[in-house]
Amino acid sequence: MQKKTVSQPTDTTNPDYYHRVVDCQWACPAHTDVPGYIRLIAQGEYSDAYQLNRHSNIFPGILGRVCDRPCEPACRRSRIEDKPVAICRLKRIAADLTDMNDVQLPEIAPANGKRIACVGAGCASLALANDLLPLGYEVVIFEALDRSGGLMRTNIPSFRLPPEVLDQEIGMIIGMGADIHFDHPVESMKTLLEEGYDAIFVGSGAPKGKNLELPGRYDSDRIHIGIDWLESVAFEHTESIGERVLIIGVGNTAMDCCRTSLRLGSTDVKVMARKPRAFFKASDWELEDAEEENVEIIVNHSPKAFVIEDGKLAGMIFELMEYQLDSAGRIESSTVTGETMIPCDDVVLAIGQDNAFPWIERDQGIEFDQWEVPVVDPVTHQGTRAGVFFGGDAAFGPKNIIWAVEHGHQAAISIHKYCHGEDITDRLPMGMNLNSAKMGIHEWSFSNSYDSGKRIPVPQVQLSERFKQLNIEVELGFSPELAAEEVERCLNCDLQTVFTENLCIECDACIDVCPVKCLTITEAGTEDDLRTRLSAPAENLEQGLLISGALPQTGRVMIKDEDLCVHCSLCAERCPTAAWDMQKFTLLKPCAGDESVSEPIRQSGA
Amino acid sequence: MTYMRRPSVVHPGLPHNDLGLSARDYEGGISTLCAGCGHDSVTSALVQTLFELNIPPHRVAKLSGIGCSSKTPAYFASASHGFNSVHGRMPSVATGANSVNRDLHYIGVSGDGDSLSIGFGQLCHAIRRNVNMLYVIDNNGVYGLTKGQFSASADVGTTAKKGEVNIQPPIDACLTALTMGCTFVARSFSGDKQQLVPLLKAGLTHKGFALIDIVSPCVTFNDHLGSTKSYDFTRQHYHPTIHTDFIPPAEEITVSSEDGDTISVELHDGSRVVLKKTDEQYDPTDRNSAYAYLQKHTAAQEVVTGLLFIDEAKPDMHETHMVVEQPLIDIDFDTLCPRRSALEKIQNRFR
Ligand SMILES: Cc1cc2nc3c(=O)[nH]c(=O)nc-3n(C[C@H](O)[C@H](O)[C@H](O)COP(=O)(O)OP(=O)(O)OC[C@H]3O[C@@H](n4cnc5c(N)ncnc54)[C@H](O)[C@@H]3O)c2cc1C
Ligand SMILES: Cc1ncc(C[n+]2csc(CCOP(=O)(O)OP(=O)(O)O)c2C)c(N)n1
Ligand code: SF4
Ligand code: SF4
Ligand code: SF4
Ligand SMILES: [Mg+2]
Repeated sequence: MQKKTVSQPTDTTNPDYYHRVVDCQWACPAHTDVPGYIRLIAQGEYSDAYQLNRHSNIFPGILGRVCDRPCEPACRRSRIEDKPVAICRLKRIAADLTDMNDVQLPEIAPANGKRIACVGAGCASLALANDLLPLGYEVVIFEALDRSGGLMRTNIPSFRLPPEVLDQEIGMIIGMGADIHFDHPVESMKTLLEEGYDAIFVGSGAPKGKNLELPGRYDSDRIHIGIDWLESVAFEHTESIGERVLIIGVGNTAMDCCRTSLRLGSTDVKVMARKPRAFFKASDWELEDAEEENVEIIVNHSPKAFVIEDGKLAGMIFELMEYQLDSAGRIESSTVTGETMIPCDDVVLAIGQDNAFPWIERDQGIEFDQWEVPVVDPVTHQGTRAGVFFGGDAAFGPKNIIWAVEHGHQAAISIHKYCHGEDITDRLPMGMNLNSAKMGIHEWSFSNSYDSGKRIPVPQVQLSERFKQLNIEVELGFSPELAAEEVERCLNCDLQTVFTENLCIECDACIDVCPVKCLTITEAGTEDDLRTRLSAPAENLEQGLLISGALPQTGRVMIKDEDLCVHCSLCAERCPTAAWDMQKFTLLKPCAGDESVSEPIRQSGA
Repeated sequence: MTYMRRPSVVHPGLPHNDLGLSARDYEGGISTLCAGCGHDSVTSALVQTLFELNIPPHRVAKLSGIGCSSKTPAYFASASHGFNSVHGRMPSVATGANSVNRDLHYIGVSGDGDSLSIGFGQLCHAIRRNVNMLYVIDNNGVYGLTKGQFSASADVGTTAKKGEVNIQPPIDACLTALTMGCTFVARSFSGDKQQLVPLLKAGLTHKGFALIDIVSPCVTFNDHLGSTKSYDFTRQHYHPTIHTDFIPPAEEITVSSEDGDTISVELHDGSRVVLKKTDEQYDPTDRNSAYAYLQKHTAAQEVVTGLLFIDEAKPDMHETHMVVEQPLIDIDFDTLCPRRSALEKIQNRFR
């Protein structure tokens, strides 16, 4: 048989290869074992599902309601049909049905004599505390406000995230022994550095809402900065708003502002977008939720000026925009086609947040870039001064909760190594376990049959009931029955198809049976070339090809396009020689406690 | 075997044919054969064939006898007609069905046991009549269904799973077909769909009896070392002699026909088979040359494959017997069943 340039067989010993197949887990910043917890929910083991979640993301109850869910757009199911598995809301039911008193928290090691200061009690600092407290660290948290949770509490409205849920999950961490000081803004980094902590973690967020410097901006007190306004609503300083409200911006903050306005008495809320829908920053589901509440979203209106009449805000003038797009759908140019004035009583500016560190003196060896964002190592989270670490929105600008949590995990590893005089860049690599899921001839340790069910919507409070009070949680969460249906949509992407080439007799059985035509036996070639001659088009370059070594009988190679495999196990069932096997992939992601450090040698001083 | 049905999920990029169907619409029930059986690959090649030929499933009749191979019509084209006959009697049933309705596409699937032992006479007569059908023999050298006894196609010297050596000379289905006057004779291998699918397409389009003898290993009883019908042995002795391309009526032929090694044969519906020879001596339109070539190379233990012989000119059963063109089902009752008086008229002729 003629051989072309032979491709290298895929290196499946690198955990990244199989990890990438588990689309949701790969996309999750904290690499939560999503299929693992979904299977536990399927078995009715809600507490175990909670526990598995907590190991990676710390806040299953919180994130099960408000996570930005990068996992869902990545979900394999959305490549098979249009909607992903309701990964996020399944997390919530695990939390809803878990008795928080039964949650197993790690044992706390005896004090190791190391003191860590955290600036801010947001999710980043809390995640750090979660990892360091069990190792014997003294974690001191300074928080400017009188309560914990950062933006999760002050900005995410209570109709999406009830305060009790925050109390429970934050309480678990503080209960492990964090020393938290409320009403304690850190006003000088210099002073803090002098206090002799072994390391400092800055988790102070990106607290400055962006302003819109247009004519009339300062001529009315009815023009609000979104995140400040939401905070004053959360603190019950603001209890009402005018009937007609314009929200400027169309990100997630804008969605919270418009929905909050509806609950404070406004009846006519318009979200004003400069660009067309394809350019909106808000997640699809946040847009859906707002539109369901009859918020009007107006596109192609660019703010020009505030209209003040008789000293009162009367409305806003917008330029009407038209955009010229290139073939890839990007904006090439824009034209103003006219102007319009939209009357209103209040305007809320929700156009983004900036970092602000007025309390960090610029002569302390901590460098910032031109946007006032600190210079931070993306792996170790250390700033330019040794012993000072950054995480959450403070590190690289506004992101979301799950990123802040992951930053906390990574910074914890760095701080643990730093405090023991070890090289913080010399970190444990990712590992994996693969275990055969075969239980019998046609029995697998997972539910391998494909369920064609459509995504189940989460039950919600009726529209007519929602606005009676600010804190009525809109989503009711899945019932166990609904969750039991939704879990079956998961394609078990962690059940890997593992191939042993020297067993293959090239009978084609696997290729013939595969319902989505993932498999091909063909002459070897380069990956680009191989992609053109597979059983079905393999156009998703994000997904790898599993390329075997030469098969024993003909020297051809087995190729699997991972893109659309539904993990039905039929290839493994039809293979007469067990050359294909289904194996459960478990990612071993190192955390601070896994790093074996030597006895403490470094005495003190950050 | 598998208990689970193949999931309904399909690859979003899966192509559709002129009828708007995907290959998956030509599937059948889930196979109950052993995992890895060559017969399943043949089934899959048939699915591909029907899909690519744009044949409406309800215009196909699948016929078979008894054996693992004969079970396979249940595993493709669920929407087609089917008849599972007594052991070895499929050719008669096919002849009967074909004689009353020539408009369907007839696919017979048989085994080496079903065709070369108990049904041997049946096969010969169907060939002799040139019944217009595709006749597939899934040839594994054993009676798979009855647990692996040597069949009439087992080679001298091949061993059974437990070591017993076969001493009886084999019946070669292709040589037999050539002798019986078969108008389309091919051999292929279940493990080579690139060769098999064009052959199946040509065979199904050929007007007359198209026999394709497909080496189709039995993973359970005849895939061991010492077997001459295993995957490994077949690959080691594989000898593609004639490369076959099937060109549907509308398509241009891109192969240059001046090439001395290339022969193009037009089939009755305007499609073409383009045959590329790997051996200059060979003439796939000359029965004697085909016979001699096959015999010589088979003696040398080579598995000669490809479209070995084709004769598109010989009249089929309907033409020879001047059978009415219309399927009987389309003829009105009175014409089909004339009154008693008509019978008497005929009988009077013999009085
Ligand atoms: C309106 C809105 C809605 C959002 N919705 C979502 C959502 O649904 N899902 C999601 O994942 N993310 C959401 N986010 C983003 C998310 O809230 C943040 O990314 C996340 O809270 C960042 O966490 P953090 O710990 O870095 O900082 P923060 O949560 O901002 O916490 C920082 C804490 O530090 C304190 N602090 C600041 N400076 C000092 C100082 N000098 N001394 C002492 N304390 C100080 C602050 O008071 C605060 O408590 C939303 C953000 C906004 C604005
Ligand atoms: C009249 C009759 N005789 C014998 C049998 C037993 N029998 C069943 S299948 C079979 C042989 C099948 O061999 P083959 O056609 O090669 O099919 P395979 O299973 O190998 O595909 C025999 C002898 C039978 N079913 N009916
Ligand atoms: S598990 Fe095997 S048969 Fe099923 S979709 Fe994946 S590759 Fe295809
Ligand atoms: S079913 Fe098994 S032996 Fe057959 S081709 Fe696939 S991997 Fe190879
Ligand atoms: S016994 Fe042999 S012929 Fe029958 S299904 Fe199993 S492998 Fe195929
Ligand atoms: Mg047989």
